[in-house]
Amino acid sequence: MTTDKKELAVAALRNGTVIDHIPSEALFKCVKILNLEALDCTLTIGNNLASKRCGSKGIIKVADVFFPEQVLNRIALIAPQAVVNTIRDYEVVEKRPVELPARIRGIAKCDNPKCITNNEPMATLFVTDDDNPGFIRCHYCNHSVANNKATIL
Amino acid sequence: MNENSLVSVADLDKEQILSLLEAARFFEENPNHKVLDGKVAATLFFEPSTRTRLSFETAVNRLGGRVIGFSDASTSSSSKGETLKDTIKMVSNYVDIIIMRHFLEGAARYATEVTDVPVVNAGDGANQHPSQTMLDLYSILKTQGTLENLTITMVGDLKYGRTVHSLLMAMRYFKPRFRFVACDELRMPREYIEFCRKEGIPFEEHTDFSREVIDSSDIIYMTRVQRERFQDIMEYEAVKDLYTLRNDMLATSKDNLRILHPLPRVNEISQDVDDNPKAYYFEQARNGLFARQAIICRALGIDVNSLKNNRK
Repeated sequence: MTTDKKELAVAALRNGTVIDHIPSEALFKCVKILNLEALDCTLTIGNNLASKRCGSKGIIKVADVFFPEQVLNRIALIAPQAVVNTIRDYEVVEKRPVELPARIRGIAKCDNPKCITNNEPMATLFVTDDDNPGFIRCHYCNHSVANNKATIL
Repeated sequence: MNENSLVSVADLDKEQILSLLEAARFFEENPNHKVLDGKVAATLFFEPSTRTRLSFETAVNRLGGRVIGFSDASTSSSSKGETLKDTIKMVSNYVDIIIMRHFLEGAARYATEVTDVPVVNAGDGANQHPSQTMLDLYSILKTQGTLENLTITMVGDLKYGRTVHSLLMAMRYFKPRFRFVACDELRMPREYIEFCRKEGIPFEEHTDFSREVIDSSDIIYMTRVQRERFQDIMEYEAVKDLYTLRNDMLATSKDNLRILHPLPRVNEISQDVDDNPKAYYFEQARNGLFARQAIICRALGIDVNSLKNNRK
C-alpha cells in the first residue's frame, strides 16, 4: 500500500528522461544547468526523497525530451552519482551514469575576482586535473575549486 | 591561436626548455643578431613593470626589431572601457609579435585565443611569468653546469610566490630535490605538494631556515615575504626576520651554492650578502635579456640553431 502511494507521488513517464540519484543539495543547481525553466513540456521535480544510496535525493522527470549526452554530462560537476534513464513507451531503454567532461565551458563561474573571465565578456572554461581529483581548474587563471563548491552561472 | 605563443612554462616540454636555454646561451655569447629586421613587436603593459618591459624591449632591439606599445593601461584605450579582445585584435593588425603584461590572471591565455599573432606572456597578475622562469632555469644551468640532480631550497613566501611555483613545475624534468622553507601561513600549496608526490620528486618542508638546510643546498631561491599577505600584522612581525639570509649563515655552505632572487629584494637578503661570490641575483636579472631573446625567436619561428651554423 505504502509503495503504491510512493509511486503515485511521481507520475509514470511514457516517453522522456528521468535523472535520478541527484544529491538533494544539487537538485536546483541541476535545474539551472539544464535550463529546465525554458522547457514547456510536462516536468516533474522531486526533492528530499528517501534514497538507499545517498540518504536524500532529488529526481527530475522530463516528458518527451531526450537530452544530448554532452548536455546531461554537464551536471556531473555537482551530481557525479546521478543516473540518467531514457524511457520509451514506459520502458527504461537506457540507463547510464553521467560523466564529467574534461573541459567544462560556460557552466561554472571562476571564484577569483582577478580572473580575466570575470572582467571580459567571455565564456568561462574549466578543466579537470589528474593531479587534483575532485577539483576543477580555471583554464585561464589556474585557480582550482572543489567540484561541489563551484559557483554555477 | 598561434602555437608559438608562450603563456606558461607548463606548456613547454623538456626538449623545448632545453632548446630555449641553448638559444639563451647563444645570445649571451652573441647578443646582437638582426634576425628581427623589418619586424615590429608590441609591448602592451596594462600594468607597469619597468624592469620586465625594458628587458623585453632591449631584447627586441638587440635582435634588430622595432617596438611599439604602452607602459601603463591609463594611456591605452582600455581606460575608455575597450575590452582586452578588441585591443589585442586591433594591435594584431600592426605587429608580428605581442608581448603583454596584464593585472588580470589568465589575460595572456585569452589573448592567444583571439589572435593569430604570437603572444608572449610577460606576467598576468599572480598567475604566470614564463620569461622569469626561463631566466631562473638559465641561471641555474649557468652556475651549476647542469639542471640535473640539484638540491634546490625555496625560502619565504611559497604560498603566493608565482616564481617558485613555475620553477618547481619546470624543474620536474631534471630530477631535483626540493626543500620548502616557510612559515605555516605561507607554506607551499597543497597542489604543488601533490604534484611533487605524483612526479616522484623528493621534498622536505621546514619552518626553520637552518644551517643544515643551507649547507646541503646547491641553489637557494629567496622570495620576499610581503606584509600584505598576513591577516594579522603581529604574525608578520614574528616571522619576517626568520627568513632573512645573512652572510654569516653562508660560512660553511657548498662552494657551488648560488643565491637566487627574482627581485626586487627588500630585507630578506641582507646587504652584506651582496659581496659574497655566492650571491647571484644581479647576474640573474641580466640573464633575463638572453632568455627573452630566445623566447622572442621561438615565438617568431626563428631557428637559433641555424644562426649558429651561419656563424661557422
